[in-house]
Amino acid sequence: MAYLDITHVEKSFGANHVVKDFNLDIEKGEFVSLLGPSGCGKTTVLRMVAGFETPSAGSISIEGKDVVALRPNQRNIGMVFQAYALFPNLTVAQNVGFGLRIAGVPASEANARVTEMLRLIGLPDLGARYPFQLSGGQQQRVALARALAPKPRVLLLDEPLSALDAKIRVSLRTEIREIQRQLGITTIFVTHDQEEALSISDRVVVMNAGIADQVGTPFAIYNHPATKFVAGFVGTLNSFDATVTDATTGAIRLGDTPITLNKPLNASAGSKIAVALRPEAAQLGRSDLREIALNGRITEVHFMGSIIRISAEVAGTRLSLDTFNRADTPPPPIGTDVEIGVSARDFIVLGS
Amino acid sequence: MDQMTTAAPRARRRRNLWSWIAFTLGVAYFVLPLIGMFEFSLRKRRDAYSFDAYTSILGDPQFQQTFLYSLVMSLVTVVLGLLLVLPTAFWVRLKLPAMRPVVEFITLLPLVIPVIVIAFGYIRMFNTSSFLPMTGSIMGTNILLAIGYATLSLPYMYRAIDNGLRTIDVGTLTEAAQSLGAGWLTILYRIMLPNVYTAVLSGAFLTISIVLGEYVFAALLDRPALGPYMVWVGGNKAYEPAALAVIAFAVTWGLMGLIQAMSRLSKHTRVAR
Repeated sequence: MAYLDITHVEKSFGANHVVKDFNLDIEKGEFVSLLGPSGCGKTTVLRMVAGFETPSAGSISIEGKDVVALRPNQRNIGMVFQAYALFPNLTVAQNVGFGLRIAGVPASEANARVTEMLRLIGLPDLGARYPFQLSGGQQQRVALARALAPKPRVLLLDEPLSALDAKIRVSLRTEIREIQRQLGITTIFVTHDQEEALSISDRVVVMNAGIADQVGTPFAIYNHPATKFVAGFVGTLNSFDATVTDATTGAIRLGDTPITLNKPLNASAGSKIAVALRPEAAQLGRSDLREIALNGRITEVHFMGSIIRISAEVAGTRLSLDTFNRADTPPPPIGTDVEIGVSARDFIVLGS
Repeated sequence: MDQMTTAAPRARRRRNLWSWIAFTLGVAYFVLPLIGMFEFSLRKRRDAYSFDAYTSILGDPQFQQTFLYSLVMSLVTVVLGLLLVLPTAFWVRLKLPAMRPVVEFITLLPLVIPVIVIAFGYIRMFNTSSFLPMTGSIMGTNILLAIGYATLSLPYMYRAIDNGLRTIDVGTLTEAAQSLGAGWLTILYRIMLPNVYTAVLSGAFLTISIVLGEYVFAALLDRPALGPYMVWVGGNKAYEPAALAVIAFAVTWGLMGLIQAMSRLSKHTRVAR
């Protein structure tokens, strides 16, 4: 039995079925992200764990005890909101100490805990300020400290970085992960930003239309997407229509190029299947590592600093590929005919 | 070209002139009667200006008693109104946003229905031969009066508090407090109330000034309030009513000033959020 068990949870708002048969086991100390486009039900799942929504069916248990019947204020779960939600009438220290005061922790103990929390989030001197005197990033750190101060059993983060600007978003997510590791607190993080989810999670749940499409480590999600949706939503993907020539050996034809995938395909010879390739799995020119050469014509070049993203037309489809910038090789001009090296083992066969 | 550049400022000057005339007329309309009344109130002593009318009013034990009575009643009314309105406005914002127009309409009713109708309704409902004979005792009548006053203050209290709640994110703050273990009472009185404090105060001061001047309820329920006293003074004395009116204005303006001062004193709202 896992620390936090979400079992067969369903949620409907009227005729709108937003979460369908959702299952997730989270171990103690694990950092799990719910990733998906807006409206996929990820926030609803989080709010059901917090107690702000009641599941239409299914159970949620923490440490083996069902919490569905408990009100939000009885669950001992910390939550951080996108909109910070600091209490404007209280100072930073009072905000952080709010949960402790409610719990009836003696003042001296509470003050020590508040000091400890403020030090943890790197704002030890700002206890006397009011929220309106802080920047967005500082406010969200205070919100994190406030959620952690009463030592909750689970920490829920509802798109905590979405309201912040890009630079702070990256630094704060690293900080959140560090603090989470330090305290060993079980955490669920909701985001629509795949980079965020992949970079800080132990496991990622990719959600689509109320269903958990895939649960796995960031590495597994990215390299072995279980569904077409996961493959398309996580990372950039080049998808091709190929014709099956021999299903048992996995021989396909991509445009004029024969490719053998060396794994049986669930399709009959002559039928079309969709295969995909990550941008980093293709490169300009041949190499020993990539045994297949596809012919293409450069259509776009985006210079992004350390990485150059090149688009080329291959067999009638657009293919994006990433190469590292090298000072001695400028990117090819648009319209050039090139050979693009790929490897059969990097092709992902997309399920329906 | 020349003409155009001179014509525009001239037109603006003319418009300025008209707005000044309108402004002066407006001020005269409000201020002249006040000046006249104030001047009249100083004339109690023959041949010289004096504050005799004021000392006579302020020294009248009946004034002191009725003023104190009305002040206490107004404070009771404020507390009652707050207990009624804050949870209602909060709940409507949080859970029943669709009901807001309905609740708003209900709170406006006291402006539409004459007080005398409500007062007669009360007397009919709660007279000594009714199921709840509240008019049978002084305490009961006082309670009835406070409830009536709270009804009268509804339009002001509800609007003020609802406006106050609009400036904060009621939903998220409530959820944040709940996730930290807070129950409804804690949320209402530790989070919502302090954040709408200024709004509550302005509602409270409006309520106080209404209650201080209210006549119909107090007269029909036969309680010794300031309103009936003012009417009695108006019918029986010459200079004192004017002095009383000036005092009433001073109290009202004093309360308005307090609203301003309070909104500046609150620490966490000094900067626009």
